[in-house]
Amino acid sequence: MLSPNILVLLPEIVLTAVGVLIMLAEPILPAASSRKPLGWLAIAGTILAAAGSWYQLQFGILHGFYNTIQADSFSVFFHLLIAAVVLVTLLGSLDYFDGHGTFSGEYYALTLFGAVGMMLMTSSVELLMVFIGLEISSISTYIMAGFRKGQATASESSIKYFLLGSFATAFFLYGIALVFGATGSTNLLAIAHGVAVTHTPTLAFLAVAMILVGLGFKVSAAPFHVWTPDVYQGAPSPVVGMMSTAPKAATFAVLLRILFGGFPVMEHRWAALIWIIAVLSMCIGNLGALLQRDVKRMLAYSSIAHAGYLLVAFTAFPADGIAAACFYTAAYAAMNVGAFAVITQLTGYDETARTLEDFTGMAAKRPVLTALLAFFLLSLIGIPFTGGFFGKFYVFTAALHAGNVWLAVIGLLNSGIACFYYLRLLAAMYARPAQQRIAETPTPSVTASSGRPLVSGSFVAVPGVPVPAAIGLGLAALATLVLGILPGGTLSLAQSASAQNQSDVCQQNPTPCAVMTAKEPDTH
Amino acid sequence: MIPAVPIAGYLVLAALLFSIGVGAFLIKRNIISIFMSIELMLNAVNLTFVAFAHMWNRVQGQIFVFFVMVVAAAEAAVGLAIIIAIFRARKTLNVDQINLMKL
Repeated sequence: MLSPNILVLLPEIVLTAVGVLIMLAEPILPAASSRKPLGWLAIAGTILAAAGSWYQLQFGILHGFYNTIQADSFSVFFHLLIAAVVLVTLLGSLDYFDGHGTFSGEYYALTLFGAVGMMLMTSSVELLMVFIGLEISSISTYIMAGFRKGQATASESSIKYFLLGSFATAFFLYGIALVFGATGSTNLLAIAHGVAVTHTPTLAFLAVAMILVGLGFKVSAAPFHVWTPDVYQGAPSPVVGMMSTAPKAATFAVLLRILFGGFPVMEHRWAALIWIIAVLSMCIGNLGALLQRDVKRMLAYSSIAHAGYLLVAFTAFPADGIAAACFYTAAYAAMNVGAFAVITQLTGYDETARTLEDFTGMAAKRPVLTALLAFFLLSLIGIPFTGGFFGKFYVFTAALHAGNVWLAVIGLLNSGIACFYYLRLLAAMYARPAQQRIAETPTPSVTASSGRPLVSGSFVAVPGVPVPAAIGLGLAALATLVLGILPGGTLSLAQSASAQNQSDVCQQNPTPCAVMTAKEPDTH
Repeated sequence: MIPAVPIAGYLVLAALLFSIGVGAFLIKRNIISIFMSIELMLNAVNLTFVAFAHMWNRVQGQIFVFFVMVVAAAEAAVGLAIIIAIFRARKTLNVDQINLMKL
């Protein structure tokens, strides 16, 4: 039997140990040798951490480190989600750095350290630990954003992410300082008690607003989204796949804990802020994506829009908001990490294909990968039988149940706008390449029924997809499909997670809790 | 004996410093200056924490300050490394010239 303090941080400890091991092994390996064994070590560590997180589930609610860390099914849900995203990212980037002389051993270690920070965020119930987790994950991703050292865009993306990220952190910290001033504590439970009796409610509200600004930057919600397109464009594709999903999931978990667990009393005041941020994110994200020619920038704007959809769930306090948000986070993570994993394989380290024109006719060259990307794009639209559909369905029904009809209407309109740019990319990929249409008549060999791309005049030799990346892609596609066909399992997990997050709220103020339990949770 | 400064004085000073930091972040064009304005904002936060810790007579606020200082140091290490990388690549630290990617 492990001591409770070790047990409560089991996944984080495993990941830290493996990360340190990789850092120690990196200089010992001969300089010319491949760093793939370290990558496999990182993958094994991630799986072990996920297993450790699953192991925590049987103990119910665990407390540790003077009640700063709490492992419950809410944290386990997000731990597993983050571990899955990191797993797909690592599988997809095993062959990414081959032959480019970057220090890929450090890349694997940084990925794990970033995951440690994100996991710590989801299981902390004390703002100090939230801050530390946020910084561990942010500092790792700042470095990883600039990992293609030779490229000028890489360091530019890194510096933009760093400056705006630190700016946001300062706001978040000022918010914590004001909370401490208003309630005399930084523990979420004590804050919930303190907010109810505080003499300075305006100070407490200012604190919530500051925290929302800080965390809004991290989840790239409008109007704090300006860094997103630039950073996503310059950063390596597998890193973008991770940092557009895992840190966002962790930050949304923190937002759920802070808003629903720490400030349930002020719901009527912060709900208005969330409303504005959600509408702005959806509109700016989708309208901005319409204007983009660069595929990674387009997906960056789409991730802003998805942050908006997710925030819609937050206004459905307290009935099914948490479960809907948890489910949407999972569905979004599966499809977005999958889309960027495909882009990693399509464009490679040098990013030969960037714009819509480069992607035109991709289906003839890489039929399987294009089909996968099409599937992920359809899921991002929210077509039935994909995870994105049920994600949006639960979020918008939650908003309707809570009486936010206008928010649901705006969200659905935005989903309609979003169709346009996703389908534009889809149509381009399945169209014939422009230069081929003009320059030569299509040779029958290219459109051969075997589906294997043949090397002809206008095409470069197509490299196959490495096995680990194929496994990662398969996992992401499977997750998206399963979430779209059998959402029940994940939804019940999300509901048990939300029930445990709400039980904290119940202990503090029994009145809204009675309403909560009286309202039957939506089962589909 | 000098009369004690009220808590509000520290809070107003911290708010002013924070605002100056935000303003400098938005106005300054040199990356090092922008970085310094972030540090100013963090120190304003620290001052707020210490003032509130004194007001509530609780030690958590002071402990928080130590963590902020440690994290700020770690951030400075990474940030300066990134600044060196960008200077090597571009030979400039003016943010107006670091604009390969635009909206």
